[in-house]
Amino acid sequence: MSNSFILPMTLLAPILALLIIVFLPREETKTIKIVAALGTFMALALSVYLFFAYDRSVGGMQFALTIPWIRDIGVNLGFGVDGISLPMLLLTNLIGFTAVYSSWNIENRVKDFFVLLLILITGVMGTFIATDLFIFFLCYEIVVIPIYIMVIIWGSTKRVSKEYAGMKLTIYLLIGSAFMLVAMVALYLNAANQLAAMGKGPTFMFAQLAQLHYDQSFQIVVFALFLFGFGSLISMFPFHSWSPDGYAGAPTAVSMIHAGVLKKIGGYGLIRLGVLVLPLGARFWAPVIAVLAIINILYAAFIALAQKDLKYVVGYSSVSHMGNVLLAIAALNMTSLDGAVAMMFAHGVMAALFFSMIGFVYEKTHTRNIADLGGLAHQMPRLATGFMIAGLAGLGLPGTVNFIAEFTIFNGVAKVMPVPAILAVIGIIFTAVYTLRVIANVLFGPRRSEWDHLKDIRGPELVPLVVLAFVIFGTGIFPNILFQVIDSGVYSSGLAKVLETVGQATIGGLF
Amino acid sequence: MANFNFALLTPEIVMAVLSLGLLVIGLLIPPGERKGMFPLTVFALLGTLAYTFYDFFYGERAAFLQGMYMHDQFAGYFKILFLIAALLVVLSSKGYVEKLPANRGEFYPLIMAATLGMMLMAGAGDLITMYVGLELMTITFFILVAYRTNDGKASEAGIKYLVLASASSAILLYGISIIYGLTGSTQMFMIAQALGSDTSPATILATVFLLAGIGFKISLIPFHLWAPDIYEGAPTPVTAFLAVASKAAGFAVLIRFYLLMMYSQTFVQTGQTLLLVLAAITMIVGNLVAIPQTNIKRMLAYSSIAQAGYILIGVIAVSVPAVSTFVGGIKAVLFYAMIYVFANMGAFTVATHVAQAQGSDEIKDFAGLAKRSPLAAVVMTASVLSLAGIPPLAGFVGKFYLFSAVMDQGYVWIAYVGFVMSMISVYYYLGVVKVMYSTEGEGLPDIPVHGATKFTLVFTLITTLVLGIYPTPLVQMAISAASSLVK
Repeated sequence: MSNSFILPMTLLAPILALLIIVFLPREETKTIKIVAALGTFMALALSVYLFFAYDRSVGGMQFALTIPWIRDIGVNLGFGVDGISLPMLLLTNLIGFTAVYSSWNIENRVKDFFVLLLILITGVMGTFIATDLFIFFLCYEIVVIPIYIMVIIWGSTKRVSKEYAGMKLTIYLLIGSAFMLVAMVALYLNAANQLAAMGKGPTFMFAQLAQLHYDQSFQIVVFALFLFGFGSLISMFPFHSWSPDGYAGAPTAVSMIHAGVLKKIGGYGLIRLGVLVLPLGARFWAPVIAVLAIINILYAAFIALAQKDLKYVVGYSSVSHMGNVLLAIAALNMTSLDGAVAMMFAHGVMAALFFSMIGFVYEKTHTRNIADLGGLAHQMPRLATGFMIAGLAGLGLPGTVNFIAEFTIFNGVAKVMPVPAILAVIGIIFTAVYTLRVIANVLFGPRRSEWDHLKDIRGPELVPLVVLAFVIFGTGIFPNILFQVIDSGVYSSGLAKVLETVGQATIGGLF
Repeated sequence: MANFNFALLTPEIVMAVLSLGLLVIGLLIPPGERKGMFPLTVFALLGTLAYTFYDFFYGERAAFLQGMYMHDQFAGYFKILFLIAALLVVLSSKGYVEKLPANRGEFYPLIMAATLGMMLMAGAGDLITMYVGLELMTITFFILVAYRTNDGKASEAGIKYLVLASASSAILLYGISIIYGLTGSTQMFMIAQALGSDTSPATILATVFLLAGIGFKISLIPFHLWAPDIYEGAPTPVTAFLAVASKAAGFAVLIRFYLLMMYSQTFVQTGQTLLLVLAAITMIVGNLVAIPQTNIKRMLAYSSIAQAGYILIGVIAVSVPAVSTFVGGIKAVLFYAMIYVFANMGAFTVATHVAQAQGSDEIKDFAGLAKRSPLAAVVMTASVLSLAGIPPLAGFVGKFYLFSAVMDQGYVWIAYVGFVMSMISVYYYLGVVKVMYSTEGEGLPDIPVHGATKFTLVFTLITTLVLGIYPTPLVQMAISAASSLVK
């Protein structure tokens, strides 16, 4: 299929832009920005095409490309998308594209910034389109170091220093990934032994790994390791504390990508590896995940209530929202997993818009302290609109895609775990309280003369607002655009069969 | 003796002749005009390297003198490694040597002599041959470490290395003599057969002595105490050579020795456990002590101690005498040793460059390097991250091979230690990155790289990156080298 080269092309578009930028002179900042924008636009256009060209009635991995890579250990350079990874791919490129525009006003070391940003986008994208576990990890770990460098150079020092924030974020993620690596090697070796018994060579392909059968005790241990790694990434309580500090220290584009998509690798990994490959392990740990998820939702929302810094509010709110995703994964049924994927998409768009708007507020006012701000809607109506949309999407207002996603999750969770579902719904109330408080204090209220000199966002600065708001409402009003794809992923990826096995195991006396 | 094919020893003979020849040339040319030594050395090494490559793929295999000296692909692989390391050291030390006040002529021949010693170690199938190679390397290093005679620190390092290395050689020799007494042979294969399942205290003692002697060369904890002081005091290019090639030579000997010893029950019981514990301690202590270091060379010294721990894991993976597992572990060690050369040479070349331009080895003097010398900063970042095992750099694939090989043997805990410690190592590696990128380095000069240094940096960077993304060619070489050993 000639289509199989679209995915590598999508992945290479930012790399190409990066290579061009490396050879551009340092001073030509405008050219550098335009090249970065073009590269990410290419990737976005291709992923939009993929999103609509994906055959929903067939489902499964499409546009797949598999090239044998490291033969002796069976690594394949495998790319492909299904209904679970396709929304994530689209999300990555939406955010990557808008992140370039959110960084349009960067003036310090522009070249370095965009080179690192493009590495970051490529790494995240690679993680979602990889169909090979080894390539998945390779791409995931690529992103950690550029983030560190970006935080320490372009970050901001407020409550914690940017060096501290960057190092905390990096160490949390790397220690998490150390455990994931052990789990990956264990899984690989177990699979290799099984395959060797069948007379086949070892493999890292997700699809083949999912077809093998692992001991229940093995699954429990390995899933726990993955849970530790992916849990840190998705900021599961008690491994969440890097997230607000990290976002607060990071420059806008990094906050957008980190909160928007990078975190979702945690949820995506738990579904792709945890649920699909190690279903019995997932079943064993589901109650624990559910409890931690509830703590995430409620506790983080409480903390967000008390925050004074805008970025900390959104940081904790993203921790809280990720609780919903975790809860949906813990519920282990089709509806909830459907909701989990949708929620990751919805939250990604919303968080990116929120961080983008906060970035502009900070850039113009040089403060993120809620008490210092007020009445900004008078001076900057367009920025206020974006801020409002992000806030309202965050609290799950009907009409935004976030509502649909949360509703699906609660629907799915309530079927199997009524009490956690009720607690999670209660979480929405807190979300509404802290979001509305922030919106009221920052945007509304009497006009403050000290902000009269501020110019509203315009030109390139409007791109994030327009694109992301369009997606929030577009998929919110026509959720089928998104859900058809996700459904085809969830229903045809073998998940149904896996969940059936899980159900039988439960009857078999696991609990 | 009749079928003694001298042609197979071409690389060794060429190295010996060239190092002596260059020494003589250096004496003949008047002191002011010794710049020609550099291209001569580079071309000599390049030629030998090209021949060794050819030999690796198409050459004949042979064992000389009933197995005293082996000419197999395993030795070939290590010869390539030593030659590449020597070449990179020579390239990166050009500016350094030109600034030396005296004795410029002898620097390059000494590097070649040390390389010859390492090549002999890689091929040694007999403890005596091994010892000769080891001493040739070590004694050359005595001179190289103390090369700047008017520098107190270098002289101190030289004396320390002399005393400690001699002591370790003595211990090694003592171990060899005990083994000879027990088995009546110094040839590794005969020893293994003769020892059989003998677990007498004398055998154990001999094994431990041998391990201690080799452990000194690869700076295993607790035989590591020399490393930081000597790394700090020695001229930076020599430090690089010491950290990279001398360590790899130690591993070459260790693997050959270890593999043959696997046939003896004694070794499986004592050696295995001992190495496992040493590897864990080396990784943990090496990484933790590296964290507070403020001198780049000391930091790299401790990091190289920790790296020895990782590589040792691969040696341990060779635990059951079965062909498949032999290859798994040895392949991992070979692969890692090679990419370790590129990563470390990148880091040390940057350190050499900065030290030369600013006269300091302190990490804080790397401030703002990202602006003052962007290429050097990028190479330093890539090199230390490869050492830490962060993809897409080669270190990740290397560590994956090492740890998966040992996990395959059922030693999961050591892999945990390895993975967690390599993530902790990111902390101090990123410390350097932080200094280079986040500070402005005001008042420090712009120090762009040129010529041979620039070539070395670009070459190590590209190799580290390419082998991280597409490691297959090197892996195939490592596999054939490892298999040649098992046959």
